[in-house]
Amino acid sequence: MEKQKKVSRALKAAFPYTIPVFTGFTFLGISYGVLMTVSGFPAWCPILISLVVYGGSLQFAAVAMLLSAFAPVEVFAVALMVQARHLFYGITMIERYKNTGWKKFFLVFGMSDETFSINCSTDAPAGVDKGWFMLWVTLLDWGYWVGGTAVGALLGNFITFNTEGLDFAMTAMFVVIFIEQWLKDKKHWSAIIGAVASVACLVIFGAESFLIPTMLCILALLGIFRKPIEKAGYGQ
Amino acid sequence: MTTAQILFSIALLAFGTMLTRFLPFMVFNEKSQPPKFIKYLGNVLPAAIFSMLVVYCLKNVHIFSGSHGLPEFIAIGITTALHLWKRQMLLSIAGGTVAYMILVQMIF
Repeated sequence: MEKQKKVSRALKAAFPYTIPVFTGFTFLGISYGVLMTVSGFPAWCPILISLVVYGGSLQFAAVAMLLSAFAPVEVFAVALMVQARHLFYGITMIERYKNTGWKKFFLVFGMSDETFSINCSTDAPAGVDKGWFMLWVTLLDWGYWVGGTAVGALLGNFITFNTEGLDFAMTAMFVVIFIEQWLKDKKHWSAIIGAVASVACLVIFGAESFLIPTMLCILALLGIFRKPIEKAGYGQ
Repeated sequence: MTTAQILFSIALLAFGTMLTRFLPFMVFNEKSQPPKFIKYLGNVLPAAIFSMLVVYCLKNVHIFSGSHGLPEFIAIGITTALHLWKRQMLLSIAGGTVAYMILVQMIF
């Protein structure tokens, strides 16, 4: 009885913080489910991916890869590079996710950009169990993403309006994330390095194989220019 | 790709993702500090990656033929303007996407 109270109190406290994610994930999840089914995948495919991968940017980037020839090394490399930022979320959350017992597995499994942002910046209100609060944020966000995907994937079979251009949701999402990052940073070395390396590698290596050279260029340039970038007070 | 190859690719996507999420918790225990270069990358890498992802989305746009990438650049302009104005992720994404769909379906 006491435990049930603790769990439901944490859910009530966590839900309001996840409302923005609910709207965003529902829309993007539906877009993803529709995009996958109109691309020719069966409905279970996007639902499974949202369930086990749970990473919007990678999932959208992987649509084209899943439509191309089987390329396991590139798929894995892109997964690592697109998701590499989670390494740093992890480093940030080591302290916060401490002593959460069995919940820790789900907290880390479901650590998307949005869940990380909420759990990193929000303290559980007074009288609310911290572990359960963070777990509910994590599970609700994950549920929104999978639910949105399922709606899009199942409705995608019945959609009769012209969906041409719907995949632009992916581009728009990255543009918005890019703007958020740009506004947050005082210096823009890294964004410029990323843009120059990507465009240069796209021109040199072509659309199908520029991603991995781009990633290596970015790592090399960030390493080479570390001193001036740090001196410029990047990200502070 | 066959269904088995798609399932294997999905498993790799999940494994790669989970590796990046779980690794710090496995490598750095609660008392040790991560190396400085890792912390530095944690600060600077996201901006570069987001630039790269925007370019990745536009990789099949041909500037010198077809619609010259105009629908893409107009829709990105609308997304950016909406976001700088209202700063609401959903509105910016929805507005840009609807604008793009109108542009490619009715105008270009």
